[in-house]
Amino acid sequence: MSGPRPVDGGRRSGDGRRVAVTGIGVVAPGGTGVKEFWTLLTSGQTATRPISLFDPTGFRSRIAAECDFDPAAAGLSPQEIRRMDRAAQFAVVSAREALTDSGLGDGDVPPERLGVSIGSAVGCTMGLEQEYVVLSDGGRHWRVDPRYAVPHLYGYMVPSTMACEVAWQAGAEGPVALISTGCTAGLDAVAHGCQLIWEGSADVVLAGATDAPISPITVACFDAIKATSPNNTDPAHASRPFDNRRDGFVLGEGSAVLVLEDYESANRRGVPVYAEIAGFANRSNAYHMTGLRPDGREMAEAIRHAMGWAGIAAEDIGYINAHGSGTRQNDRHETAAFKDSLGRHAYEVPVSSIKSMIGHSLGAIGAIEVAACALALENQVVPPTANLEVDDPECDLDYVPKVARAQEMDWVLSVGSGFGGFQSAMVLGRGRA
Amino acid sequence: MTATAVVTGIGVVAPNGLGVEAYWSATLAGRGGLRRITRFDPTGYPVQVAGEVGDFVAAQRLPGRLIPQTDHWTHLGLTAAELALADAGVDPATVPEYELAVVTASSSGGTEFGQKEIEKLWSKGPVFVGAYQSIAWFYAATTGQISIRHGMRGPCGVICTEQAGGLDALGQARRMVRHGTRLAVTGGTDASVCPYGVVAQSATGLLSGRADPARAYLPFDADASGYVPGEGGAMLVVEDAAAALARGARTYGQVAGYAATFDPPPGSGREPGLRRAAELALADAGLPLDAVDVVFADAAGVPEADRHEAATIARLFAGRPVPVTAPKTMTGRLYAGGAALDVAAALLALRDQVVPPTVGVDRLAAGCELNLVRDRPRPARLGTALVLARGHGGFNAAAVITSAAPVITSAAPVITSATAVIAAADREERN
Repeated sequence: MSGPRPVDGGRRSGDGRRVAVTGIGVVAPGGTGVKEFWTLLTSGQTATRPISLFDPTGFRSRIAAECDFDPAAAGLSPQEIRRMDRAAQFAVVSAREALTDSGLGDGDVPPERLGVSIGSAVGCTMGLEQEYVVLSDGGRHWRVDPRYAVPHLYGYMVPSTMACEVAWQAGAEGPVALISTGCTAGLDAVAHGCQLIWEGSADVVLAGATDAPISPITVACFDAIKATSPNNTDPAHASRPFDNRRDGFVLGEGSAVLVLEDYESANRRGVPVYAEIAGFANRSNAYHMTGLRPDGREMAEAIRHAMGWAGIAAEDIGYINAHGSGTRQNDRHETAAFKDSLGRHAYEVPVSSIKSMIGHSLGAIGAIEVAACALALENQVVPPTANLEVDDPECDLDYVPKVARAQEMDWVLSVGSGFGGFQSAMVLGRGRA
Repeated sequence: MTATAVVTGIGVVAPNGLGVEAYWSATLAGRGGLRRITRFDPTGYPVQVAGEVGDFVAAQRLPGRLIPQTDHWTHLGLTAAELALADAGVDPATVPEYELAVVTASSSGGTEFGQKEIEKLWSKGPVFVGAYQSIAWFYAATTGQISIRHGMRGPCGVICTEQAGGLDALGQARRMVRHGTRLAVTGGTDASVCPYGVVAQSATGLLSGRADPARAYLPFDADASGYVPGEGGAMLVVEDAAAALARGARTYGQVAGYAATFDPPPGSGREPGLRRAAELALADAGLPLDAVDVVFADAAGVPEADRHEAATIARLFAGRPVPVTAPKTMTGRLYAGGAALDVAAALLALRDQVVPPTVGVDRLAAGCELNLVRDRPRPARLGTALVLARGHGGFNAAAVITSAAPVITSAAPVITSATAVIAAADREERN
């Protein structure tokens, strides 16, 4: 067999199952909940600030986009708070909001037909580090002292715990997985959730991603490769995607969980549909664990494939939610990928990066960005790229600087790029229920 | 149009054998790889015994520059992937780059590497954290490194479902093949036999604290005391059947069915999801329960979990004494690598028409009265294997693996071939 083969399971294929987004839950810097999230994004304000979660003295990058998150106020019980890492807490709170938003009640979905797909890049790294400090007595003993192990320690070591927590929360007994493809994990986890519906393994899936990486080891590891911005004197303006002064990403944290539902059953329930997830692809660059080829060819391939799956042309794309991390190489790489995959239309379509406002929350951000895309379609408004003031000749597209824009759009594209060389692209269409 | 996914290559890095034939001959001979932990001094620890890949030397297997950039878990994964591709007899460069996929399972990522870096951070300061922490510790490291090493630019994936991960990755590889991928490297490895890893695992209370390697991991036995952790696993080359046929590839078998389920919340009193996973996987394969010739059990080694699995199997097969085995008694539980290695064992069992043994089990526990293949391999006509896996927290997965060739209806030549394999294993054991 030779040449490209048709893709099955896609929107325009025979089996006809389509995926609707009927519920959204978000925990993000600047506010817990979808409403506060969308208000921040459309205001063009930023939530980046000096790190307060630990004392960052001695670190190169001492800024981050933190969530003002109170787990008790968010409804978690004392035992849940003790048991769950911060990232798991984010995921559970997001899942609860999404379920409520969807209007699905107890018994509406048979447990066996309810799935969970949660993405995360670094899992429960905060809990893992904090417990290690105790067991090793401040990093002094390689042979850690088992007497100080908390009963839920293993739950920090295996990120799958976070998918379990969401499944228990929702009473899901269908397929449950944690997807951990680094910084594309959010997009990939949402796509995995769609796949479960497209193939018929589930009718409803709670899909999203979470990360809470603002802890010493993660900040230090990005310091070591100078990936994060050292602009400690002006944190509010430190995340500058596509701006020629950009000097690295600003670490963030947060979570988004979506209720994905078979489109026909959403229609039967008569609930509003934020968006349809219509196409997806991911590719590896097989080039370097952190380096990107300037031509963006693998991301372009993922974009072309995702559009083909959705059955749309480049000219149909009304908005691109960029990865836009604000590193020198990413923004150039991605701009080249848009030109390669969309041709002339790349110069006409608005492109923006919400990381300019809420930072880069690693695996979580892909799902947060899908939530932003769904809200952009619902509101017909494109969120801006904050802090974009100085042009970079290599980034010469319309990046929607600083101010949100009303925009008629039927289709949007969201992309992600991450360590490991992974490139993901997803196409969302306007909800019509 | 749904493409058929077949397995054309196997790469094994197991505590009882490095390379597929070394592993298989040791397994048929009943030779295990459990021993007192040597990667650190386990004195005073709640776990004394583990399955370590003792004959693995990274410098003999990997380019020098990759060794300090990656954790031991990725060393094992890269090695298994290379062995699997070589076994499949395929040069990835001859396949269109975007039709080559990688999807691996990881349970705990680069624990040992991460422990070293956190230790540096807390004992010396942030500037002592190395540049490779950002790419070595995270769960995606193995998939990324395999894709780079072999120029595989198609779909990528990383699945974390604890010990069910090996099957979930295989299921994902099959989806990729159905979506236009020609060849996928899939499977899993894990390697958290370091102080922090072992202490964290012990916190579940599910591990055996026994010091005698022969008595530490005894699933379904009245004397079961928990499980022994291990390192390693397996990678498989999964191909589109038509593409494999076109290049004249040797085929081990087909990934005919797969399903995943999740247990009800703790304390619900409802039946766990393992039986449903098996039923769904068989339905997915379009095969009746009668077709199953052998079950590769999850075999937790924890009495309650063993009783549940035994009851599930008994109920599933309505009293038919289907042969059940757990060759992982020779390797320990390899986390994300465990179910991948069980699939490898199932494929080899189908190839050689022999059920590999479960070792060490003397007396079946009450409620675990299975037709367990014990101590010696058992020749059998095998066309279909059911592989079961469970992951901590409530994950269940099942895969149905069918033989490449139609099963020969006459028993005679089959028995002859299996007998020859066993005789060879016996000879090796004596030597």
